[in-house]
Amino acid sequence: MGNIVREHLLEVRDLRVSFDTHAGEIQAVRGVSFHLDEKETLAIVGESGCGKSVTVQTIMKLISVPYARLKSGVILYRGKDVGHLSDKEMESYRGREFSMIFQDSMSGLNPTMRVGTQIRESVMQRRDISREGAGKRAMEMLAQVGLPNPERIYRRYAHTMSGGQRQRVMIAMALSCNPKILFADEPTTALDVTLQAQILDLLNELKGRFGVATVLITHDLGVVAKMADRIAVMYAGKVVEYGDAEQIFYRPSHPYTWGLLSAMPNLKQPRKSELYTIVGMPPDLFAPPPGCAFTARCSYAMEVCRKEEPPEFFCGEGHASACWLLDERAEEALPPPGIPRLVREESVNGR
Amino acid sequence: MDGKFVEVSNLKKYFHVGKRQILKAVDDVSFSIERGSTLGLVGESGCGKTTVGRHLCRIYEPDEGAIRIDGRDISHISQRQCRELAKKVQMIFQDPYASLNSFFTVGEIIGEAFTIHKMFRSVKERRDRIRELLEIVGLSAEHANRFPHEFSGGQRQRIGIARALALSPELIVCDEAISALDVSIQAQIVNMLIEFQRTMNLTYLFIAHDLSMVRHIADDTAVMYLGALVEYGATDAVYGHPAHPYTKGLLSAVPTPDPVYERSHRRIVMEGEVSDPINPEPGCRFYARCREAEKLCGEVAPPLKKIGGNHMVACHACKEKEGERST
Repeated sequence: MGNIVREHLLEVRDLRVSFDTHAGEIQAVRGVSFHLDEKETLAIVGESGCGKSVTVQTIMKLISVPYARLKSGVILYRGKDVGHLSDKEMESYRGREFSMIFQDSMSGLNPTMRVGTQIRESVMQRRDISREGAGKRAMEMLAQVGLPNPERIYRRYAHTMSGGQRQRVMIAMALSCNPKILFADEPTTALDVTLQAQILDLLNELKGRFGVATVLITHDLGVVAKMADRIAVMYAGKVVEYGDAEQIFYRPSHPYTWGLLSAMPNLKQPRKSELYTIVGMPPDLFAPPPGCAFTARCSYAMEVCRKEEPPEFFCGEGHASACWLLDERAEEALPPPGIPRLVREESVNGR
Repeated sequence: MDGKFVEVSNLKKYFHVGKRQILKAVDDVSFSIERGSTLGLVGESGCGKTTVGRHLCRIYEPDEGAIRIDGRDISHISQRQCRELAKKVQMIFQDPYASLNSFFTVGEIIGEAFTIHKMFRSVKERRDRIRELLEIVGLSAEHANRFPHEFSGGQRQRIGIARALALSPELIVCDEAISALDVSIQAQIVNMLIEFQRTMNLTYLFIAHDLSMVRHIADDTAVMYLGALVEYGATDAVYGHPAHPYTKGLLSAVPTPDPVYERSHRRIVMEGEVSDPINPEPGCRFYARCREAEKLCGEVAPPLKKIGGNHMVACHACKEKEGERST
């Protein structure tokens, strides 16, 4: 792994987060590492409960402290450790350096305040700026996100707006102080396809205009294909495969990624034929199994998978996968139909 | 009745919202579903697709038009007859969290229908049937004593399906039944629905906004916009040769899991959002968002017209292409 000394915009190393509950400790994030460069979009993909939101909330320091514990890990922003900042120190990062938009735009906005006032307030909080200046900035942002008639929108309340409009307001607020990183947690999941397409186009456009790097959390692989430069696939609190978009979609190497890709209905498949499924359910994170967490659902599972956790195997420039199938001792596995076979020569043992 | 299991003709449902404000939720919708087949009903939120589905279960009473199920008009039947209808028509809901009573055990949820319809006098028979239903949907018999909160979203949806199957219905209205689930779980549920259709000869009205899943499961597809059907026909025709500008826009908005294609192809951009369904303007309802709109479209609402086979489109612009299109 140590091929680079280059400083990333954001680097997360071996992040572990647990929740303490009455029933015991839930290991929500179990050693996640990734990095993000300037102006790049990284997509984090995985099923519900795989820890993708917790990872991002940990970086934003939005997880509730007494119950959630940052057990270990380093979060570097431009080389500076931001994982152990106090709440007060973090305040100066939120909005200005990191910003976030959520799936549910209704609960993200204050129902008792006009949306313009909310944006103005957040600008005033983070910048040394007059009330009028902040108001002007808010208006300008509403126009930037493609809301027609920003003067009227400025004075409206969240509940009088449609889901698409609210999501645009959220984006306007998130970008109002020129953050360097935007975390987008399932930003279009609650929207119709047509609105989803509009919001995704908007995010892509703003990415160019504001030069903001994006971490996009989603479970929709179509959205990922449209937006992502690089992808990290998460399963049961770990990144099981990462690489750039082409590598993950055209040369996937982890059986879980194969499953995710195959489970989507495609045009070549005859109608009403059986869809490929990943059998069973994700493991219990109270007591994650030893070895690879995907073993129980994996049709390629071997003896070693049950006992030992797979290391990262590199299978191309910037493409790695935590699966024993890539070990040279493993027999070659045939991916499900429709998934291209990984050329063995490409894979080099990582450690 | 030429063998059509479900026949809906000129269905209208208007809701009165405030003074002289009428929301035309469903405005002159007609379609039919053959026994053992699936009709996919797609459209954006607020287009009236759920309202249509609820009419089939007679949760709503239509203002005008007729709904025939198995040859029998159910549009104005009594409360008691509605109860009988429940043995024929059942519904699966979108939200697997809200649609199960959290104070009931799974066994009670599924068995409630048996109580209402006074089936199974003996406790044992009843329990056996509940167990059987749980096993059919891929859960196990001991789950009957648990409560809904102990299950994951996918499992809850299975409970919802078991409840729908309890009375051995013939028609199931699936109202966004898979929208709230993860991709891998969606595939499991869809496989199960397809299998049940095959083994129990079920008829489905599959309401969804996920166009790719509808293409997989539906024999026919109907596209709805602001209370009216804009395109209707065999799924292959609707997806393969979409004729209405709205259908084209809708299909083009679906992102495909192929990064190179996604980056290279230009979408048909549909600007704006669904316009206000309250007191709509005369003319085509899609007029304000349509890129192919002509003057006529703003004045006269286009009727649903055949453009080949059973493929129908409600669009003035599609009329001229009638000749060149053949399906």
